[in-house]
Amino acid sequence: MTPEIDEAREAALSAIGHADTVADLERVVAEHLGKRGALAGLKKGLGAIDDADARRAAGAAMHASRTALEEAIEARRGELGGVETELRIAEEQLDLTEFRSDGSRGHLHIVTQAWQRLEDVFLGLGFSVAEGPEVETDWHNFEALNMGEGHPARGEFDTLFVDHVPPGGRLGTTLLRTHTSPVQIRTMLTQEPPIYVVAPGRVFRRDTPDATHMPVFHQIEGLVVDRGISMTDLAGTIEAFTKAFFGAGFTSRLRPSYFPFTEPSAEFDIQRPDGSWLELGGCGMVHPAVIRAGGLDPDEWSGFAFGFGIDRMAVMRHGVADIRDMYVNDIRFIEQF
Amino acid sequence: MKILLSWLNTFAEFADPSDDDAVASVAADLTSLGLAVEEAVPLGHGVEGVVSARVLRVETHPDAAKVRRVWVDAGDGAERHVWCGASNMSEGDLVPLATLGTAMPDGRLIERRGILGIDSEGMLCSGAELGVDDDGSGILLLDPAAGPGQPYTAVLGLEPDVLFDLDVTRNRPDCWSHLGVARDLAGRRGLALRPIPEGARRGGAERSVPVELVAGDRCGRFTTTVLSGVTVTQSPAWMRRRLASAGMRSINNVVDVSNMVMLELGQPNHAYDLDRLGGGALRVRLAADGESFVTLDGVERTLGGSDLLICDGDDRPVGLGGVMGGLDSEISEATTTVALETAWFSPRGVMETAARYSLRSEASARYERGVDPYVIDRSIDRFVELLSESCPDLVVHPGTVDVRSDHLPAPRRETSLRLSVLDRVLGVTLGAERVTEMLKPIGFEAAGSEPELTVAIPSWRPDASEEIDIVEEVARLHGYENLGRTVPRADVFGHLTRAQQRRRLAREVLVGLGISEAMPNPFLAPGDLARAGLEGDYLSITNPLAVEESALRTSLRPGLLAALAYNESHRREGVSLFEIGHVYPPAEAELPAEAEVLGVVLAGQEAPAAVAVWDEICAALGVGAQLDQSTPGPGMHPTRSATLRAGRDELGVVGEIHPTVLSEFGVSERVAVLEVRLDVLLERGERVSSASPVPRTPSSDLDLAFVLDDTVPAERLTKALRQAAASRLVSLQLFDVFRGESLGSGRRSLAYRLRLQDPGGSLTDADISEIRDACAAGAERVGASLRTS
Repeated sequence: MTPEIDEAREAALSAIGHADTVADLERVVAEHLGKRGALAGLKKGLGAIDDADARRAAGAAMHASRTALEEAIEARRGELGGVETELRIAEEQLDLTEFRSDGSRGHLHIVTQAWQRLEDVFLGLGFSVAEGPEVETDWHNFEALNMGEGHPARGEFDTLFVDHVPPGGRLGTTLLRTHTSPVQIRTMLTQEPPIYVVAPGRVFRRDTPDATHMPVFHQIEGLVVDRGISMTDLAGTIEAFTKAFFGAGFTSRLRPSYFPFTEPSAEFDIQRPDGSWLELGGCGMVHPAVIRAGGLDPDEWSGFAFGFGIDRMAVMRHGVADIRDMYVNDIRFIEQF
Repeated sequence: MKILLSWLNTFAEFADPSDDDAVASVAADLTSLGLAVEEAVPLGHGVEGVVSARVLRVETHPDAAKVRRVWVDAGDGAERHVWCGASNMSEGDLVPLATLGTAMPDGRLIERRGILGIDSEGMLCSGAELGVDDDGSGILLLDPAAGPGQPYTAVLGLEPDVLFDLDVTRNRPDCWSHLGVARDLAGRRGLALRPIPEGARRGGAERSVPVELVAGDRCGRFTTTVLSGVTVTQSPAWMRRRLASAGMRSINNVVDVSNMVMLELGQPNHAYDLDRLGGGALRVRLAADGESFVTLDGVERTLGGSDLLICDGDDRPVGLGGVMGGLDSEISEATTTVALETAWFSPRGVMETAARYSLRSEASARYERGVDPYVIDRSIDRFVELLSESCPDLVVHPGTVDVRSDHLPAPRRETSLRLSVLDRVLGVTLGAERVTEMLKPIGFEAAGSEPELTVAIPSWRPDASEEIDIVEEVARLHGYENLGRTVPRADVFGHLTRAQQRRRLAREVLVGLGISEAMPNPFLAPGDLARAGLEGDYLSITNPLAVEESALRTSLRPGLLAALAYNESHRREGVSLFEIGHVYPPAEAELPAEAEVLGVVLAGQEAPAAVAVWDEICAALGVGAQLDQSTPGPGMHPTRSATLRAGRDELGVVGEIHPTVLSEFGVSERVAVLEVRLDVLLERGERVSSASPVPRTPSSDLDLAFVLDDTVPAERLTKALRQAAASRLVSLQLFDVFRGESLGSGRRSLAYRLRLQDPGGSLTDADISEIRDACAAGAERVGASLRTS
């Protein structure tokens, strides 16, 4: 029976060699090695061989043939698969430059970008972020900050008043906060020292809009209240911020100024690497009266505060010519950043 | 505040105005003292190359009628010819000649230039061209006695000077005078101020102007002094020049001296013509309600009961106390006797009156900040000394009237200074001796030793009253730049709160969805909310800049819709914007019900786009809400919007803007919108998810389609299916919605794919069949019937 087996094997090998697609090969496999293939038929005849030796010899030949065929199929499948993959790859060719776009990502407002950059620098310096309402009481905005009724400095804030009347209160005591400093008071009243916070937020002044002023703008306020805080800590913190935010080539200075809620008070200026100065904001040691308004004992706790505009940071970074451009909400402006 | 260096130099020798380095050093010291130098303008340096020249003759040329030919001698004997457009000079006059090569202040270079072929060898100058005065109408005529060939600055007596423009903070009223600035600067530089000259000698008969001080709570001190032998004339040249340099016009010698005293010592004062002062007396009282008075600026003002009036002996008003004088008793050329008023008014009263009439004068600016009540005597003496220069026959009569009230601040106030507090606040240790020494030159007298000093505060520093004020003085004199720099070391770490982190995440999600951030004005016009379909109460600003910006928003929608309209009108359709901002609805509470809201508007997109944004936000923040379409919300498209509900809370709205609202705002595209309480979302959601094992058993997919009335939200069916499949449901997806005639109108088919899995083992066909039956039964309960294919 061995010659028949050899013949069937040779026929199958020839068919495998002639298959020129993977599908064709699978058909050959089914035809020659399937249940109805020649080898399967021969296998059924094995049992009919009486002579044990002859039967064993035929069985071995059958096994060898199957093994040889399976190897040939695998080899052929590999060859054909490679060719087909190459063909497919060639057919699938794409010019990826046809698919370029400008991206569909939206844009954060540049004030938000400046706001978050500032937050990040202060987070790195160990500060957390505090928040407070934009509509405020007269007490939080002025009185608690050492500006009692009739204080001349109140006049400098150009306050916008709101017609809200608190229960049992009176008209004219609710306002749009003129600075973020009321957050100082709210923080001291709700949080145990040590306090290391910055309070970014929206503030309001009765200012006619022009290229450098908006009635609605943004400030960031810093407050530290701890034991033994001194003016050298203020100077050192301002310097650390200057280097962290603007760069190592920048430095800062404090010079005396006046704010009712800090004493000693200072303006802080930033010196650019070219030597020129930029007036940035105000700062000082928290006034004992303010510490008291925050429910703390000024003989036990001392602190410093500082504040400056966020909008200006955005204007400076991006070279915005007119601050009003940031608030027109023209998509052609927003998309630039 | 305008401060002249030459004037400061009259108190102590600070710097030579022509020495740039010395001037810069003075400027640096002033800034370091808290008197920030905003500008330092060099004055009187003159224009190089301009000399005095004698006019020899003036001729006209027949072909050049508008100009003159002038021959001049510039001192070198040579005859020079210049063309000149002015005609106010004649033979013998001395005029300034800009010689060839002179660079004029306006940038012109004087060159040999001809008319009709005849060259001009220079240019004759007007006062304006040289910056000497503002007269550009003719050539500046110099004192002919001076002679030709000299720098014109020498002929005019101009000397180099520097005008500092100081930013004087509100707490330093003493520095609204040259004396105050000089005192601080001398203290810093260790210089002594020149001694105060002896007081004016009194003479003649005793003469007084009696004063009745009725409103003593508004006026702490009021003095009158009679001066006779006054001749009203022009002030001496040096005084006119000094006033002009300080930015003040010269009027006549009496008014000029009054201004000189104010600028020098900070004491406002008023000179009345005694012969025109009714009753020869003064009365200080509050105005009657409705009383009218014509101030010096010629405006008739109707006063109220809290305005302070200075009246004459007949009780007729002659001045608005501390703010402005009146017209009637002004000094005139006929004046020979002057009643000099020097007084101290309470700062708050002056501030209120000045603010009430928007009438701010040099006097009110000083009084409202706080004038030294005890510089009055020195001011009277200085007034006399200066006026004597132009009035040789001046007599100061004995009989000065000096009326004081209980409201006059004490000449000397004291406070204690704990050195431990000083050390702690400043972070440096200075010691009692050093502190005492530092304070002395500026008039703060410290006594005592460790641990506590007693400090007497000078009368010219009304801002100082307590310990911390003294600490500030020491810091200022020590120099902020000399303090060290340290960084506080505390056991705290900086972090964003969970809500703050999630707010940033929300922004990132929105930007990732292609939506850009807008910042509309939170102030609306009164009708804007109604136009957006949002009726209801809102708060208003009581003193708005403009009525169009007076309403406090209760929704972000009006601002965002206006932004879309703006962009559409600039040919940018399809714009997607979001805003995270506050709204301020009214509330019966200490403050309005201020809340942080997220608003999203998608121009040109339909409601599902807004739902998709909401779902992304929910997925990112781990929050959720029911879409309740039965109550679409005001201003929203009635059949394409839903209210977002979580339990009993209303979180916001999602869907589309009502077409009527769109046309109100001038938006022609559809607008998908989401407006939701961000502050609530930021506080919600799971804080920490706990891990569950990923099942290793095989999963099966089950596709089911249901027919459901349009009136029933798909979400109800979804919920029923979730409940039916229960713990074996891995995911559920609504993958097809179909409407067609075969289903009948008002109905649609909803096809779901359920992925099922049993964590405990493989699902059998029987299990799946059981789930399928449960789903069909659950669907039935919400009115949906399973479609069988």
